[in-house]
Amino acid sequence: MDFNLSEERRMLRDMLQRLLSERYSHDARRKLLASGAAYDTEILSELADLGILGAMFSEADNGFGGTGFDIAVVFEELGRSGVIEPVLAVAVLGGALIAQLGTDTQRHLIDQIISGQTVIALAHSEPGARYDIGDVSSLAVAEGDDIVINGAKTHVINGAQADHLIVSARMDTEIVLFLVSKDTRGLSIVNHANVDGTSGARLQMTDLRVSKAQQLGGHGTAITALNATMARAILAVSAEALGAMEAAKDLTVTYLKERRQFGMPIGKFQVLQHRMADVLIEIEQARSAVINLAGHLDAEPKLRDLHVSATKNLIGRVGALVAEEAIQLHGGIGMTDEYALSHFARRLTMIDHMFGDVDYHIERFIQLSSA
Amino acid sequence: MDLGYTTEQDAFRTMVRAFLSEKLPASIAEKTRLGKRLSKADMETWHSILNEKGWLAPNWPKAYGGAEWDVVQRQIFEEEACFAHAPRVVPFGLTMLAPVLMKYGTEAQRQKFLPRILTGEDWWCQGYSEPGAGSDLAALKTRAVLDGDHYVVNGQKTWTTLGQHANWIFCLVRTNTEVKKQEGISFLLIDMKTPGVVVRPITLIDGDAEVNEVFFDNVRVPVENLVGEQDKGWTYAKYLLTHERTNIAGVGFSDAALRTLKHVAANTIAGGKPLSRNPHFAARVAQAEIDLMAMRTTNLRVVSAAAKGQAPGAESSMLKIKGTLLRQELTALLRRAAGPDAMPYLPDYLEGGDNADSMGPEHAPAAAPGYFNMRKLSIFGGSNEIQRTIISKAILDL
Ligand SMILES: Cc1cc2nc3c(=O)[nH]c(=O)nc-3n(C[C@H](O)[C@H](O)[C@H](O)COP(=O)(O)OP(=O)(O)OC[C@H]3O[C@@H](n4cnc5c(N)ncnc54)[C@H](O)[C@@H]3O)c2cc1C
Repeated sequence: MDFNLSEERRMLRDMLQRLLSERYSHDARRKLLASGAAYDTEILSELADLGILGAMFSEADNGFGGTGFDIAVVFEELGRSGVIEPVLAVAVLGGALIAQLGTDTQRHLIDQIISGQTVIALAHSEPGARYDIGDVSSLAVAEGDDIVINGAKTHVINGAQADHLIVSARMDTEIVLFLVSKDTRGLSIVNHANVDGTSGARLQMTDLRVSKAQQLGGHGTAITALNATMARAILAVSAEALGAMEAAKDLTVTYLKERRQFGMPIGKFQVLQHRMADVLIEIEQARSAVINLAGHLDAEPKLRDLHVSATKNLIGRVGALVAEEAIQLHGGIGMTDEYALSHFARRLTMIDHMFGDVDYHIERFIQLSSA
Repeated sequence: MDLGYTTEQDAFRTMVRAFLSEKLPASIAEKTRLGKRLSKADMETWHSILNEKGWLAPNWPKAYGGAEWDVVQRQIFEEEACFAHAPRVVPFGLTMLAPVLMKYGTEAQRQKFLPRILTGEDWWCQGYSEPGAGSDLAALKTRAVLDGDHYVVNGQKTWTTLGQHANWIFCLVRTNTEVKKQEGISFLLIDMKTPGVVVRPITLIDGDAEVNEVFFDNVRVPVENLVGEQDKGWTYAKYLLTHERTNIAGVGFSDAALRTLKHVAANTIAGGKPLSRNPHFAARVAQAEIDLMAMRTTNLRVVSAAAKGQAPGAESSMLKIKGTLLRQELTALLRRAAGPDAMPYLPDYLEGGDNADSMGPEHAPAAAPGYFNMRKLSIFGGSNEIQRTIISKAILDL
């Protein structure tokens, strides 16, 4: 056993920390959000230049990482700085699917992803499907050499900023994936901001016509690949949540020392000290849960998914605790948009609404562990 | 022991219900039901409907145009109003300032201000907190110095709820720096149109700006706007806080939130069945309901003890803590019920734009903002930590 990061990952983390501390201030981020932009394209390309996107892919896929611990190290730092650039959509969701399923031609996109030249999004969730990844009712029907798709997608992360989209649809009862470019006829995409500052989109497919060559993976491969991709995405957002928890904790501890009421720093009140101690304990638990999942990302699916659900459930519980306690211990200031804490609190809370919340994953954990 | 209401109380409830169903504008009830933001006009409309009926000021004596209801009647009204999705009545003039003026104000102040609170001519806000004075309110620094027949006020208030709509602010100001901090505070009424008053909105975590900073730069306030005696403001401030804490349990709000939550859970399909049949979710909702059933009785026990002349003292701290935690839990559950549809931030929908799309179930867009907004409940009105200290000192004698 060794709980230390490897030399390469430590370097990766340090470089990323340096870039973000120089370039990613809370004020700049707020200005960006106020401008209505989904993210800063320059930052995305700087992240790419640093190799952050490449670190999400294995060497076989022209990257230089791709393991659970690469994802965990990178996303913890992204979470600590509140990064809204589309690393998740591009390099984890979209990228992982292409890496698993793509033909040689389709895999050319990976190089463009790694270099930050292409944004890709996964359009899978449908209205009313909640967290059920098997709940797809968009329809794909073969018409000669073409396939025609009709249906609606929702909560497409960075869908309106993407150059290419991976859309799922049901074809002869199987779920099938297609790689389409954003300006294909029959595709309409509507952007919206999310509560946490990230961007989502709704997507309507009306007689969207694709060729057979655009299918991503053969029949019967999509659901397995989607499950593996969800595992990676859940690891990513869990590590991101961990970073946000650490940031929220640091802000709160600093504030407890600085804020004075009744003639002393409020951090001198024992009741607040104990609350912070509990927060610290729970964050350490969250860190262990992230490590558990990172270490089992490439395990056989059943064991992997047990860890996926265990980690996502724990992260959801601890995320709510940290967000709520950090706000409460700050008092009014913790509720202001101007102060960074409220942004971390929003992201932490919204991560519970992505890829299954605490209730969804406890139920899934019970099923997996009793089977 | 008798858990029932009297015949008169039942009749009162029936009358309230009939009034609400006839007079509460549907558009306002709909916004409240869906957690949308109310405009100033919405609030003023509802106030004037209540005032016409003589019900705007349940706690005021009839002589001043109030309804003079007892606590149980007020409780019944509160429950029915929440049940009908009536917006809450803005409390600053009606339930905070007015009792202070009635007890400590001059006759001239009562004559001038009380009627204008009822008609809506004046909108009051509460200028207590300052950047350096939150829980430790007595540490406030805003200075008022006597200059002839005026006080000259300099300083800053913050977290001023709905100050953007207000034309008057009641302020705690420091008039004496030589004495113990509680003994140098005065209670001043300030016209916000006076030169030198600047209001700046603060955007909160839910994206809305319901609170403000209020700055005072050499603001001249006539001495007749001093309430009671100079340097005695702390007494009046504390008296006001006891009124701020009536209805602190928010049972009516929790009732309405629970009803909404159950409706949403029954109509949300998760994993092939209604969310209300998901054992984990259903257990959380049931637990909240069980707590609420007990809290309704706790509340009535405390409140009816007060009705017989005993002021709810430290017991109201208990109601505040339990009541706010429950309301927060209910908003957390509603957020969770919304699933991924809680993610989009749709200000146009929240602002009441009729054509604004909700993208998902009608309750989803306000679920996360509502949850975040309700974090304030355990912070203001004396934070829950401060309330626990009160309980441990005043009840437990620790
Ligand atoms: C949405 C909102 C609306 C508001 N509206 C108004 C308004 O209209 N008018 C107005 O005057 N004020 C208003 N307030 C202010 C409110 O009353 C204060 O926020 C509150 O008094 C807490 O003060 P603070 O925010 O400075 O926190 P602080 O007092 O700095 O407290 C920070 C943390 O320390 C804890 N703490 C402080 N002292 C102790 C202690 N002795 N022991 C243990 N823990 C302690 C607190 O519980 C809290 O967790 C509003 C606040 C909010 C958030």
